[in-house]
Amino acid sequence: MTWQNSAITITTLLPIVGALGVLLVPRGEDRLVKGIGIAITGVCLALAIAIAATYHYSATCAAPPCLQFVLNVQWIPVIGARYHVGIDGISMPLYVLTFLLGFLCAIYTGRYVPEPGRIKAFVALTLLLITGMAGTFIAFDLILFFVFWELVLVPMYFLIGVWGSANRQYASIKFFLYTLFGSVFMLLGFLALYFSGPVDALGKHTFDLTALTAFGAGGGYTHLFQLVVFGAIALGFAVKVPMWPFHTWLPDAHTEAPTIGSVLLAGVMLKMGTYGFVRIALPVLPQGAVAYAPWIGGLAAIAIVYAALACLAQKDLKRLIAFSSVGHMGFVMLGIATLTTIGIQAAIFGMVAHGVITGMLFFCVGSIYDRYHTRQIADIGGGMAEIMPKLSGIFAFVAIASLGLPGLAGFWGEVMALLGAFSPNTSTVAGLNVGLFRTFMILGGIGTILTAGYFLWMLQRINMGLAPERWKDHGFRDILTVEWVSWVPLLVLILVLGLIPSIVLNSTEQGVNLIVKIFGG
Amino acid sequence: MTIDYHAILPVLILSATIVIVLVTDLFLSPRRKSASMWVAFAGVLATLVAVLSLIGKGDRPGSFGGSYQVDAFTIVFQAFFMSAAAVVLLISYRYFREGGFYQGEYYFLLLTSFLGCLLMPASRDLLMLFLSLELVSAPGFLMAAFRKSDVKGNEGGLKFFLIGVLSTAVMLYGMSLIYGLTGHLQLAAVSAGLQQLSGAKETLANAAILFVVVGFAFKISAVPFQFWAPDTYEGSPVPVAAFLGVASSAAGFAGLLQLMFVAFVHEYAFWVPLFVALSLVTMTLGNLVALQQRHVVRLLAYSGIAQTGYILLPFALVSADPSINHSAFQAAVTYILIYGIMNLGAFAVTTAISSRHPLLQIQDFAGLAKRAPLLATAMTVFMVSLAGVPPTGGFWAKLLIFQAGIQRGGVGVLLAVAMVINSVISVGYYFLIPRAMIFEDAEDQTPLRSPILVTAVVAVAMAALLVIFVVPNAIYRLGEVTSLGFGG
Repeated sequence: MTWQNSAITITTLLPIVGALGVLLVPRGEDRLVKGIGIAITGVCLALAIAIAATYHYSATCAAPPCLQFVLNVQWIPVIGARYHVGIDGISMPLYVLTFLLGFLCAIYTGRYVPEPGRIKAFVALTLLLITGMAGTFIAFDLILFFVFWELVLVPMYFLIGVWGSANRQYASIKFFLYTLFGSVFMLLGFLALYFSGPVDALGKHTFDLTALTAFGAGGGYTHLFQLVVFGAIALGFAVKVPMWPFHTWLPDAHTEAPTIGSVLLAGVMLKMGTYGFVRIALPVLPQGAVAYAPWIGGLAAIAIVYAALACLAQKDLKRLIAFSSVGHMGFVMLGIATLTTIGIQAAIFGMVAHGVITGMLFFCVGSIYDRYHTRQIADIGGGMAEIMPKLSGIFAFVAIASLGLPGLAGFWGEVMALLGAFSPNTSTVAGLNVGLFRTFMILGGIGTILTAGYFLWMLQRINMGLAPERWKDHGFRDILTVEWVSWVPLLVLILVLGLIPSIVLNSTEQGVNLIVKIFGG
Repeated sequence: MTIDYHAILPVLILSATIVIVLVTDLFLSPRRKSASMWVAFAGVLATLVAVLSLIGKGDRPGSFGGSYQVDAFTIVFQAFFMSAAAVVLLISYRYFREGGFYQGEYYFLLLTSFLGCLLMPASRDLLMLFLSLELVSAPGFLMAAFRKSDVKGNEGGLKFFLIGVLSTAVMLYGMSLIYGLTGHLQLAAVSAGLQQLSGAKETLANAAILFVVVGFAFKISAVPFQFWAPDTYEGSPVPVAAFLGVASSAAGFAGLLQLMFVAFVHEYAFWVPLFVALSLVTMTLGNLVALQQRHVVRLLAYSGIAQTGYILLPFALVSADPSINHSAFQAAVTYILIYGIMNLGAFAVTTAISSRHPLLQIQDFAGLAKRAPLLATAMTVFMVSLAGVPPTGGFWAKLLIFQAGIQRGGVGVLLAVAMVINSVISVGYYFLIPRAMIFEDAEDQTPLRSPILVTAVVAVAMAALLVIFVVPNAIYRLGEVTSLGFGG
C-alpha cells in the first residue's frame, strides 16, 4: 500500500466510515455528531488537496484517460467488474470541489440543522452522499461508476424528503423517479458496451473504461450501435445535468431541499451528468457523439434562453436560483457539444465555477430564509442592504459572479463556450455545421443578456429600496461567524478562478486534448 | 437400487423432526404448546447442518435410481430452504402463541411443506418433482386457512385449494403425456426422448410442455394464473404469507428451472415465446396493480407477482447458445436467493407490526422511524432492495438479469428494457412504506416493541443485504456453481 495506490480510495471511502461512526454515537450527543462530520470532511478535504498537490501535472499520455493514483484490483469476477479507480486532470478539480463543498456544508451544519433535527441521520446521509459523488469522479470501471452514481440517490431522497420544506414529499420522489429512470437506461447502455466491446486473450469482456475508451476511440463499435447506445447512456446523463426538457425535477428538488442539500445538488451532483458526457459518452462512442452533438447543442441553447425567461418569472427566490442552474448547465452542455478543446475546457471550467458560485448562492438564500422565514421575493420586499449590509453585499457579489462578470469565475465558462460554438469542430471526423452552432451562439448570447437582466432585477428587488417596516425591528443578525467560515473559501475561489482561470484549465488541458484528438481536433 | 444415506440424511432428519413435533404436541400442556416451535427449530438447524455437510464431497451417485440427486444446485437450494424455514419459524413463534392458533399442528404442517421444498431441488424425475410440489402445496392449503374465524382466511384458503388442485391436474396430465411419448420419467432421459419425436408426436409433446408450464405458472403465481395469490396472502397468517411468498414460490422455480433448462431445453423454440409473454405480462401487471394497494400484505403479494415476472425473464432467454443459458440460469438462481432474503425481511417486519396494527394498512407504518427505528431502517433497506437500487443487494440481483438479457441480444434487450421500466414503476409503491415510516407522523406515538426473535431476523436480513451490496462475490458464486450442471 503506497500513497499512490491507496490515497483516493481512502479519501473517497472515509465518509462512509464516518457515517457508520456517527450512527454509533449515543443519543443526545449532537455536538459530537457535528464534530465528527466536520472532522471527517476536513480530513477528506486535506487528503484531496494533498492528492492534487502530489499529482504530476506534467506527465503525458498517448490516449485518454491519463490516470494517476491508480488502483485496479479484482472485485466481482463473476460479472467481470473490477475495482478500478484513478484520477486525471479532468477529474481533479471536480474531486477537490466535492470535498471542499462537503467540508463547508459540514461546518454550516454546525450552526444550522434544518427541521426536524435528527442530526445523526442528517450527517450520516450527507457523508454517504459525499462518497457517492466523489466516487463517481474516480471510478474507471463502468459497474463501479454506476454503483457510485446510484449511491447518491437514496441519501438525497431522504435529505429532501425529511429535511426539506413544505412540498418535500413530492419533490423527493420526483427527483428519485426521474434520475432512476434515466440511469437504468444508462446501465443497459453500459452492459451493451460490455458485450459488444473488446475481448481479452481468455475471451473475457471488460467494463474497464480505459480499455473501452481505447476500443471505442479506435472505431470498435458500429455506427448504428453507437447511435442507439449513445442515446441510452446520454439519457441517464441528460436527466442528471439536467438538460432541457428533462429538467423539471430540478426546480422542485432544489427548492425543497435543505440548504446544504441544495448546495451539494447544484454544486456537485449536476456535474456528475456533464462529467459523464466528457468521460464516457464522448470518448467511448465518438460517432454517436458527433451525430447527437447538434441536438445536444440545440437543447443547450434552448435551456439557456428558457431558463433565463423562467427566472424572470419566478416569485420564489430559491426557485429562481434553481432555474438559473438549468441555464448555466446549458452553457456547459453547449461547450461539450462543440467537440472542441476550448468548448470542453469551457465545460469543465463552467462546472467548477457553477459549483462554487451556485453553491454559494444557495448558502446565501439559505441564510436569507433563516432570517426572513420566507423565500417569496415580494414578502422580503427589498431593502436588505439597509438591514444586513454584509449579507446583501455578499449576495450581490455572488449574483454578479453568476451572471458572468469578467474577472469573476462565472465569466470564463460562458465566454469560452460561446467561442467554442463560434467555431465548432469541423474536422473530417466531426464535421459539425458551423451555421447551426453560430445560431446556438447567438441564442446563448441572448441568454447571457437575459441572465444579467434577471439577476440584476433580483438584486434590485431584494437588496435595494427601503426595507419594509415589518422587518426593521426584527433584529436580524448580519453574517454570523459560522457563515463567514463556511463562505470565505468560496468567495475567495470565485475571485481567484476569475482572475487566474489557468489553475483549472492547466489541470484539464491534457485530458481534454486527448479526448478532442479522437474527433480529429 | 443404491441409496446414498449421507445424501438423503437431511430428508431423514427433517422427516423425523416432523414426527417428533406431532407427537410432542400431544404431551404438552395447553400453556406450553409453543414449545413445539423450538423442537421444529432444532430439527431445521440439524437439517441445515446435514445439508452443509454435503459440501465439497464432489458429485454423488444418485439415490433411488437417480431420482434423488445431490449436486451444487441441490445443496444451495436446500440450504436456502432450511434458512427460510428457520426464519419463518422464528417469526411464527409469538404470532401463533398469542393469536390463539393450534400451534403443534401448524409447526407440523409447516415442516411438511418444507420437506417438499427440501426434496424439490434434488428431484430429478417427473414423479419426484410432482410429489415434492404437492408436498409443498397440500399443507399450504391448510395453513392458508389457519385463521379459522376470519372470512378472508377461509376465502383465501379455499381459493388456494381449488387453484392448487386444478393446476396439479393440468400439470399431471402434461407429465403423463410426456411419459407416454418418451417412456421416461427421468429428466435427462426425457430430454433425449423428446428430441427423437417428430410430426404429430412433437406437437403433442409441445402441448404436454404447455400443460406442465401452466401448472407451474399457477404455483409461482405468474399472470394470468395469479389471481389467487393476493387473496390467499391477505387471508393467511402473516408468517404463512411469508412462507408462500418466498419458500413455496422458490420451490416452484427450483422445479421449473430443472424442467426448462434440462428436460425441455431442446424444445426452447416452442416455449421461449411463451415465457417472453409470461414474463412481460407478469411483471407489468404485478407492478401496475401493486401501485394501487394500500394493504401491506396485498402490496407484497403484487410485488411478489412482479418479482416472479423478473425471475421468469431468464427463462425467456434460453437459446441454442450454452453460454447464454448458463448466464440465464445463474441470473435466475441468484435472483431467487437475494429475493428470498429481502422478501422474508419485509414479511418479518410486517409480522412485527401486525400485533398492534392487525389491519396492516400502509398508514399503520406512519411514524415507525420514531416508534421502532431499527424496524423502520430495516424495512427501508428491504424496500430499496426490492426496487433494486443501491446500496442494497437487490441491485446485484437485477444487474445479473439485465446482463443476461443484453448478452442474449434481440428479444433479451427488449425484455431488459421492459424490466428497467418496471423497476422504475415499482419505486412508486415500494417507497410508499419508507415514506410513511420516515416522512409522516403517527397518531399513536408510543414505541412499538417487536418480539426479540423477529427483531433478530430483521437485523440479520438487513445486514445480509448490505453486506451483499459491498461484496456480491459470495452470492454470485453460489449462482454460478449451481449452473455448472445446467445449460452448458
